[in-house]
Amino acid sequence: MKTAVRLQGITKRFPGVIANDNVNLTVEEGEIHAICGENGAGKSTLMKILYGMQPPDEGQIKVLGEQMDFSSPKEAIESGIGMVHQHFMLADNLSVLENVILGAEPSSGPVIDFATARTRLQELGEAYGLELDPDDPVETLEVGERQRIEIIKILYRGARILILDEPTAVLVPQEVEELFRNMRDLKAEGHTLIFIDHKLDEVLEIADTITVLRQGRSVATVKPEDVTAHDLAELMVGAELPTPEAREKTEKDQVVIEVENLSAEDEEGVTRLRNVAFQVRSGEIVGIAGVEGNGQLELVEAILGIAHVTSGAIRLHDQDISDWPVRRRREAGLGYIPEDRHRRGLLLPAPVWENGILGHQTSKRFTKGIWIDEQSSVKFADEVIERFDVRTPGPRTPVHALSGGNQQKLVVGRELATDCNPLIAAHPTRGIDVGSQAAVWEELRRARAAGLAVLLISADLHELLGLSDLLLVMLRGEIVARLDPTDVTLRELGAYMTGAAA
Amino acid sequence: MTWAATRRVVGPPFIAVALAMLVASLILVISGADAWAAFQNVLEYGTRLETLVEASNRAIPLYLSGIAFGIAMRMNLFQIGVEGQYILAAFFAAWVGAGVGTLFPPLHVAIILVTAMAAGAFWAGLAGFMKVTRNVHEVISTIMLNAIAVSGVVAYLLSRWKIESATLDTRLGDIAPSGWFPSLNPILELATREIKRVELSGFILIAALVGLVYYLFINRTRVGYDMRATGANPWAAEAGGVPPKRTIILAMLLSGAVAGLVGMADLLSDQYFYSLRFPRGLGFTGIAVALLGRNHALGVAFAAFAFGWLERASGILEVRGDAPREIVTIMTGVIILFAVIAYALAQRRARAEAAAAAAAQVTTGEGHGRGVP
Repeated sequence: MKTAVRLQGITKRFPGVIANDNVNLTVEEGEIHAICGENGAGKSTLMKILYGMQPPDEGQIKVLGEQMDFSSPKEAIESGIGMVHQHFMLADNLSVLENVILGAEPSSGPVIDFATARTRLQELGEAYGLELDPDDPVETLEVGERQRIEIIKILYRGARILILDEPTAVLVPQEVEELFRNMRDLKAEGHTLIFIDHKLDEVLEIADTITVLRQGRSVATVKPEDVTAHDLAELMVGAELPTPEAREKTEKDQVVIEVENLSAEDEEGVTRLRNVAFQVRSGEIVGIAGVEGNGQLELVEAILGIAHVTSGAIRLHDQDISDWPVRRRREAGLGYIPEDRHRRGLLLPAPVWENGILGHQTSKRFTKGIWIDEQSSVKFADEVIERFDVRTPGPRTPVHALSGGNQQKLVVGRELATDCNPLIAAHPTRGIDVGSQAAVWEELRRARAAGLAVLLISADLHELLGLSDLLLVMLRGEIVARLDPTDVTLRELGAYMTGAAA
Repeated sequence: MTWAATRRVVGPPFIAVALAMLVASLILVISGADAWAAFQNVLEYGTRLETLVEASNRAIPLYLSGIAFGIAMRMNLFQIGVEGQYILAAFFAAWVGAGVGTLFPPLHVAIILVTAMAAGAFWAGLAGFMKVTRNVHEVISTIMLNAIAVSGVVAYLLSRWKIESATLDTRLGDIAPSGWFPSLNPILELATREIKRVELSGFILIAALVGLVYYLFINRTRVGYDMRATGANPWAAEAGGVPPKRTIILAMLLSGAVAGLVGMADLLSDQYFYSLRFPRGLGFTGIAVALLGRNHALGVAFAAFAFGWLERASGILEVRGDAPREIVTIMTGVIILFAVIAYALAQRRARAEAAAAAAAQVTTGEGHGRGVP
């Protein structure tokens, strides 16, 4: 067997972060090679480097033994590499055939040779069992079918090495089986597949070889027959368990937020949340563990009031808020730290002080009648800057000038400084340095002791185990386990998160 | 505002105008005209008091049109329906104003203005309603509504409601003098000299008031904050409790209400009735005015005056035979083009400077923060 791809000593730095740190990866020809790792472990960066989207700062790329120096995906495509992105790049209003040939149209003179294209598409479909009607408009197709178009698209351009970026993240279980069947067919035809995934049960089922990345480094390359899901989970998060905190219970009887039988859909109408139920009491932190994309986002947005809830009830301070608009929920004390601060948390061109009151702009503290009370808002911004160590030239600096970590501290700080209750915190310490992280944890503990109810969603298992009073595990939109964080090992948690412990 | 910030805001339009003059001179020279003499004539004629009054009168509707567009633009709504809204509003205001006969003057004027604002708001509100209920893009709906208003509603009703006139003009009836807006000439003449032929419209005070209210509303009020937040990041604004649909409707209603006032200076200080000859195109020019003025209350005022002045002062070019007055159309286009470029460059520089300042903060650890323990 020949080596299809060899990456040696790949290092990629971004301002303040090392995304890839001396990563080595060897992919044999004709195998299915899985790349596993937590969020932020550097998987996507590595694949972008291989696909020519970003140049590495250091290191070598060899494809089929030849040294490569890609400066664009076009060059990668020419040497037989194709990539299916997590977010599909299809023109909805065109047909399947038109999408496949888009940008690589066979032509006879000035006109597109649709007959040739149609024949090739049919050949490809038959060869790999990727069945699609070439004349279906893409907008009528299911997610799984759209993914198949993406795969055919890159095969049509002559790819022999296929990169699939989290292909199962968008699929329902039956579609996953279908995808795996296609992947095995492709392998049988001699193609090489590299795929990113962090659902360990899936990885163990399909992969021939698994490379695990952790914090930008390649930590192990293993064969699925030699490892269990538990071993992989440990490799992904690091072996050392967080030291259990000596902590007193601060939880009180009073239920602050209660979710009952909650189901929700995403924008495409796919059910992402199924019959979820839990309570968070005053002075209690309930952690939600789970691999990203298993319904956490929809849960958060359902409580906030912007998701499409299909059934169930949400109660806040014993009131049914299911029909309330976002503003009324926020006014009733609901605090919110979004998982994506740029999308849901900040007005980038606006100054720090205006961002400081976002979500609280109807509060008496920041208004005088119909007017925004600028003086009091700026004072509040100064308070957040001081207390949460937000590095900014001042409260009037536009937020886009701040580094990501400082933006995050601002988002966290404005919620904790406004005495909200409860607080929905999605990845509250994402992207901030270790010192600030500890400070945010300390603030959360202090607020909890003062009676704050927190729903904590995090990809950082240490954070979850260290802070939570109760740990819920979400998988495919459902709560699959309720665990006592003082009495659970990382192995067990990993197994629940990935569905290995059914 | 710091000096650097002031320079960034004020600098670009001046650079744009200077470059546009350069381009205009080039064209004049190429076409064989004496560019120097042409500019001298324009400058001499343009600084006469009468020309300045005319330029101000022209600037009033352009200012209101720019503000109307700017309100919606603050929410990233590309409201290009000002054209249809002001013509529809002027038509109904003229009809109501003529229909009520003679009244107590402030009441008469108020009735006319309220009618105009209501008609404009209603027409813009339709586009907002279509956007929030059926997700129709406002560019499409406002273009369609422009056509429906001008060639449809107004044209049809004008043919139904027109009066017999000696000049064979297709027109509505006259508004009684109690509904006219007073001239400011007597006040202006106190400070200057006697003004011949032209009257400075009192409506300039209404325009200034609208500008002030616009500035305070957008920058200082809670609802204005909601609108700006939505313009900056609709997803974050939604998570921050801003009701997206209600805010879109509100922005369109406000924009339309101001659009309704665009034709009022011409109606109440110049024409006193609606006819087929009522000024057209003010809505579209307003987009350029808002662009040059960056949707800022004062910036739009300068831009409106600049456009009004160029239009009026250039009349002399044809009178003296220096050059065709179309040279001004070219200049306006070039000004806008250069202004857009200059603003983009200034903004990029401002961002870089702010980022550098924040980065310095991080590395030195000075200033407001505590510093990493």
